[in-house]
Amino acid sequence: MIKIEVGPADFDIGAETLHVAGQGGGAIASFVGQVRDDGNLASLELEHYPAMTQKALGEIAEKAVSDWVLHAVTIVHRVGKLSVGDNIVLVITGSDHRQAAIESCSFIMDKLKTVAPFWKKETRADGAVKWIEERASDVEASEKWKR
Amino acid sequence: MARSINIIYFAWVRERLGIDQEQVSLGDEIETIADVLSMLGEREAAYADILADVEKLRFALDQDYGLSTSLIGSAKELAIFPPVTGG
Repeated sequence: MIKIEVGPADFDIGAETLHVAGQGGGAIASFVGQVRDDGNLASLELEHYPAMTQKALGEIAEKAVSDWVLHAVTIVHRVGKLSVGDNIVLVITGSDHRQAAIESCSFIMDKLKTVAPFWKKETRADGAVKWIEERASDVEASEKWKR
Repeated sequence: MARSINIIYFAWVRERLGIDQEQVSLGDEIETIADVLSMLGEREAAYADILADVEKLRFALDQDYGLSTSLIGSAKELAIFPPVTGG
């Protein structure tokens, strides 16, 4: 019921949604994160800590499954070089009820952003390169979950 | 007893150090992650500079988060990296 994939390959949102839907319930929530066009972004490179990524995402998914009644959780996160508009992350949760699906999906994203060992490096149109820094709002969103 | 640990670096920590991982021997006096950082800094001044601000660093021992005060114990891998920015 928990499916976690990390790699350079793009994902098929429709196929992944059907996979979750096929495991029961009638309430499916999903979040797709893409490379945002903020004006002059040329590309985004995602690095991760392979041995820890799987473990961290697995623990987040297990926590979601223990705290909400879910039929399925899918987390897909891409790594490597991405361009504006490319998919980065996909989280889908399947439950019997809307609230459980939406809340658990939000919980997984909040934790993923602050716990899973991924790092983004952006390259601007003028060639400037910079590692993206942690955002206080992401930390606050993660900490608000008292679980 | 001679111990050693594999230290693995990510993101700007890796880039600034110019190395992605290294096997390091630990003397008996090395107990915590902070002790390892001090040892690395004494070995090479560049490390002292790059690893100076522990507030800007995160640590993992055998793929579980730790603090600079965490005991190394029998861990085989210490990862040093900036706060994560995935998603």
